[in-house]
Formats: sequence, structure tokens, C-alpha cells
Amino acid sequence: MDPTLTDVVPDGRDVVTGADPKPPTIGIDHVTKAFKDFVAVDDAHFSIAQGEFFSMLGPSGCGKTTTLRMIAGFETPTTGSIRLDGKDVSRTPPHKRNVNTVFQHYALFPHMTVWDNVAFGPRSKKWAKAEIARKVDDVIGVVRMEEFAGRKPAQLSGGQQQRVALARALVNEPTALLLDEPLGALDLKLRQVMQFELKRIQREIGITFVYVTHDQEEALTMSDRIAVMNEGRVEQIGTPTEIYDSPVTVFVAGFIGQANLWPADVGSLNAGEAIATVMGSQVTAACRSTEVGVGAAVMMVRPERLSLSVQRPEGVSVVEGTVTDLTFQGPVVRVSLAGAGDVPVVAHLGPDAELPALRPGDRVWASWAPDAACVLPPAEIPVADDTSVEET
Amino acid sequence: MSEAVIEEGTGELTGGVKRGGSAEARAVTRFGGMGDVVLKVLAWGTLLFLFLPIFVIIAFSFNDPAGKFNLKWQSFTFDNWADPFKYEQLNTAFLNSLEIALVSTLLSVVIGSFLAIALVRQRFLGRETLDTFLVLPLTVAEVVIGASLLTLFLDLGWNRGFWTIVLAHVAFQLSFVALTIRARVRGHDWTTEDAALDLGAGPVRTFTRVTLPLIFPGIVAAALLAFALSLDDFIITFFNAGSTLTYPLFVNAAVKNGLPPQVNVLATAILLGSLAVIGAGSLWARRRGDT
Repeated sequence: MDPTLTDVVPDGRDVVTGADPKPPTIGIDHVTKAFKDFVAVDDAHFSIAQGEFFSMLGPSGCGKTTTLRMIAGFETPTTGSIRLDGKDVSRTPPHKRNVNTVFQHYALFPHMTVWDNVAFGPRSKKWAKAEIARKVDDVIGVVRMEEFAGRKPAQLSGGQQQRVALARALVNEPTALLLDEPLGALDLKLRQVMQFELKRIQREIGITFVYVTHDQEEALTMSDRIAVMNEGRVEQIGTPTEIYDSPVTVFVAGFIGQANLWPADVGSLNAGEAIATVMGSQVTAACRSTEVGVGAAVMMVRPERLSLSVQRPEGVSVVEGTVTDLTFQGPVVRVSLAGAGDVPVVAHLGPDAELPALRPGDRVWASWAPDAACVLPPAEIPVADDTSVEET
Repeated sequence: MSEAVIEEGTGELTGGVKRGGSAEARAVTRFGGMGDVVLKVLAWGTLLFLFLPIFVIIAFSFNDPAGKFNLKWQSFTFDNWADPFKYEQLNTAFLNSLEIALVSTLLSVVIGSFLAIALVRQRFLGRETLDTFLVLPLTVAEVVIGASLLTLFLDLGWNRGFWTIVLAHVAFQLSFVALTIRARVRGHDWTTEDAALDLGAGPVRTFTRVTLPLIFPGIVAAALLAFALSLDDFIITFFNAGSTLTYPLFVNAAVKNGLPPQVNVLATAILLGSLAVIGAGSLWARRRGDT
């Protein structure tokens, strides 16, 4: 793990080394934003480092766009402060902040050519003519739109408009680029191309990207770190691996990828490991959340971490269930089981799994490695529904 | 539904339509032979009805009237066109009309633009009421507006003349202007303004470089409309003109004591001017390529 990415606190001090080097590019310092009675963002507190690809992920209405708009300057925090390069900009209007936004529907100027769209920023900042020409040509080259520089936005495809929006926001050389669901309007194929392009461009120019999305797959693919948000609160911040493998709340576990979420009863906690009862079986699981105590909790295991066998396997982390459904899904076979008390158990078996010829009604054992499971603070377990995650 | 109609009505043409006849072909066959003729006659008849008065105006600008009244066709002449400014009073009236139209249009377009932007984009007390009642002036009889304004000006003790006419014109132009521009403002995604601010343009630059250009076609349309309305107006002007004469007022007076063909010459000139503006406008719209 890279300490500079995860352990910088908003006041700029490096937690690990105690050094006081560069402040983070963006500091969100206990920010709350309320609209009348509605709290859109509730005490957000994190920072984003120089050069980081940082995503804010969550369902619509979770506060991610409001947070982005506060960084851009279109909204003012009700309490708390926003810092850019260490300077408090909470009350600074957007045109005086050195961050630029790629808007959800691009918001290109329809009456200007691609070139003039891109040149709008530098012209507003009154750069020298030659400098503007050089820089605009440069950035149009970075997004590979040289051929289309003379066109109007209406004459471009969605993907091309996206590139222009990107170039227009990059040309000012902002300290951070803010992207508000920039790929939301594109079809799947183009979205994947543009994901790749965004990563390439970010590597090429090395500036901080703050990326808002509700697409968990997109966030996992592209980000250095992800902040998962729900109902105005930041539920967890971490690398894609941390978020996926070690979620700290039921919401995060359910929102990112697919997860088995089982009611558990924690018997003992010791050095990040919990011994708990799940569906009548004694199992062990990792525990990273500080909010888990002895008693009721929720246990999570990813479906692909489960193995099935007809004989009870060695080891402690095992539950028994009855096969209810088998679905071939291409890369995996999805096996649904009903555990003790009709708790649903889902296993994804890859082509290499030694899959016994199962049929609905068969009794099988589901087992997992201890580090594949984690216990989470008690919460209402969402009803398993494949479509809810993918769609939104 | 329409396919069925085609098949019943025009037996032998059906095959052609099925093999991919164009939209026009389908529209023509829809009514069959006789219906087609009727439709054409109706269309040309309507056009004739619409433009006949204009043809008369143009034709009579080339008439050489026998007396003071240019009402009966006598003989063809270019004399009127050679001397369009023969009558001092007509010239003054015509110039007055142009000046009043220009000034009132400028005023109403500036006020109307801000009104339209505010109505669509701002939340303020009475916005919805204002939005609804914007059409009200269009529904009130002109005579009533004219008389009411006269009452107002008399009560205020203002001398009627150029400026009272301008004010009266602005009053009725505003509805048209605001309605026209409002449609344009509504049709736009105004995150472009956020984008401009985001890119470092201050509020003034954002307005002049983004907001204004985007609603400009609406402003031009509104200005043309307002100008034409002002130039045309007789009733409201009649009440509030005092001794000032405009082109319509002059014509009205002239009907009683001598209508020179120069009236037609100037009217034709306005017509040509309008055509030029319309032509330039559509050329410009094509060049812009967006909207």
C-alpha cells in the first residue's frame, strides 16, 4: 500500500512519517451541505492526493455530485471547508478556482467550433495569443480530435463530444479535473473505450482526477481510491481491492459486486479475527471494522470465494445447504443454495472448479478460506436481487 | 392505416408505393387524382388571397393617377419611383415611423430579453403570475389599450408626441418580445453557463460570450417582429400621437384629402427591405449551422 495515497489527513500532515510536505490537492474538511431540510452531504472528511484517480461512488442522491459541485464552486458548504492545494476556497466562486469540470452532458458551447470551445478557458484567462494557439492544439492532440477542430459540437458523435469536453477542461492545466458521470450518456462499447482513454490521458498528464459515478464496475476499473457514499455519508474510502475484499459496511458490500450477506452472531473477537456462528455453524472471519462487537453482526463472503463439495471438507468455515438453482452465466456457473433457516447462499464456480454433477435438492457443503470472509456491523440485509446492482 | 387507404384508393399505384415510393409519392396518392387537383387549387387560391393586397400595393406604385387619389389604374409610370420623397409631410411621417420603430424595438428587446431570462431562470415572487399574464396584452382590444394609455398620459399631464408613442409601442411589443425570447431561453441547456464559469470566465463574460449568443436568434426574431408591429401600428398610435404624424396616421388622413402614389412607393420599399432582412437572416442561420 502506498502511504501517500491513503494516509494523508486533510491538514496536510503525513500520518506515517509525520512530515509536513505538500498539502493534498483537495481537502474536504468536515463538510456538510444541507438544502432546507435535506442533508445532501453529511460530515464528509477526506483528502485527495496529487495525481490520484479518485472516485466518488454511490447510488443517485448519495451526495457525490453535490460534493463535486462544492469542489468546483457551484455549491457552498453549509459547514466545514474545502481546500485546494491547502488554501480554503469554500467561498471562492468557480471562475476563480483552479479546477475544471467535465459535465455529465458535456455542456459544450453549441455556437463555437471545437477549437473555440477548447480555447474558451485560456481566452478567459487572457493568455497570450501564441500560447493559446499552442496549448489548444496540444490538448486537442492529446484527445485525438485534430481532424475535427473546425466542427461544431452538433456535428460530432457522443464520444467525440466527450473528448472535446475533456480537452476543454484540461487546457487550463487545472490542479484537479472533476468529472461528473462523464460516460453516463455513452453506450457500453464506447464507454469501455473512453474508460481506457481517460486512464491513458490521466497517466499522460498526471493531474488529479475526481470522478463521480454510480457504476461500481467503472469505479473499480479506473480508480486509485474510491469513496463509497450513501445517503450523504461516506461509508468507506479505500483502494478498489480494499473496498471489494474488505468492505466495512453492509451497504458497501452489497453495492460493490455481488455478496453473500448472512446474519451472524459473533462469539469472540481477537486480533482482527472473529469467531462467529452462521447458519448454526462455527466459522472464522476477518474483522476490520471497529464497530463490530460481540453479538449480532453480518458476515460477508463473495460468491466466487465459495467452493462446494458433497463431502464435508476439512477446516472450520463451512455451512451446509440445499441446491435450489443452477444457472450457467458464461464465465461462471451460479449455484444458489438454501442454508439453515432458508438463508440464501450463492456460489460462483469457475470452469476450473471441480463441480460435482449437482441438481436442485442436493445437499452440499459450502466452504471458504478464513480471509475470504469478513464480519460487518449489524444492518438490514438487502434482499438479494441481481439486477439492482447492475442497473440503477 | 394509411397503407390500407392507399391500397383501396389507387389500385394500380399500390405496387409502386410498396416498392419504396417516396414520402411525396405517398402523400399524392393518398388523395387520388381528383383530390390532388382540389388540393393544388386550394393552395394556390390561399396564396393568391394572402398576397393579392401586396401585389396591388406594388402595382399602384407604378400608377400615374389622374387626380389626387391613387385609387384607379390609369397608366404605367416610373415617375413615382423617380421622386419618392415628393411630399414633405409624408417624408416626415415616414421618418417618424422608422425612428419610433427603431427606438421602441431597442427598448422592448433589451427589457424583454431580461424579462424572458428572469421568467425562465429565476425564482422570484410573482414569477408565475407574470408568466401567465404575459399573453394578456395580446388579448385586450387595441382600442382599449390605446384609450387607456391616453387616459394615463392625460392624467400624468404629459405632452403627447414622439415619446408617448414610443412608450405605447414598447408596452405592446414587450409581450411579443418576451414570449419569443422565452421560448428560446427554455429550449437551452444552461449548464453551458456553469461550464463558462468553471473555465474561468467571470459572470459578465459568461453572459456576453455564452448566454447572449445562445439566445441571439430569439432576440433577432423578436426584434424583427417588434419592429414590424411598431411600423404597422395605427390604433394605439392614433390615441397617443398628439400632433406627431406616423406613416399609418398619414395614410389614414390622406385617404380623405388625397392619396399620392408615393405612399405605395414607400410601402414597396419597406417590403423590399423586409425581404432583404429575411434573406440575410436565413443565410446567417444556415452559416451558423446550430440553433
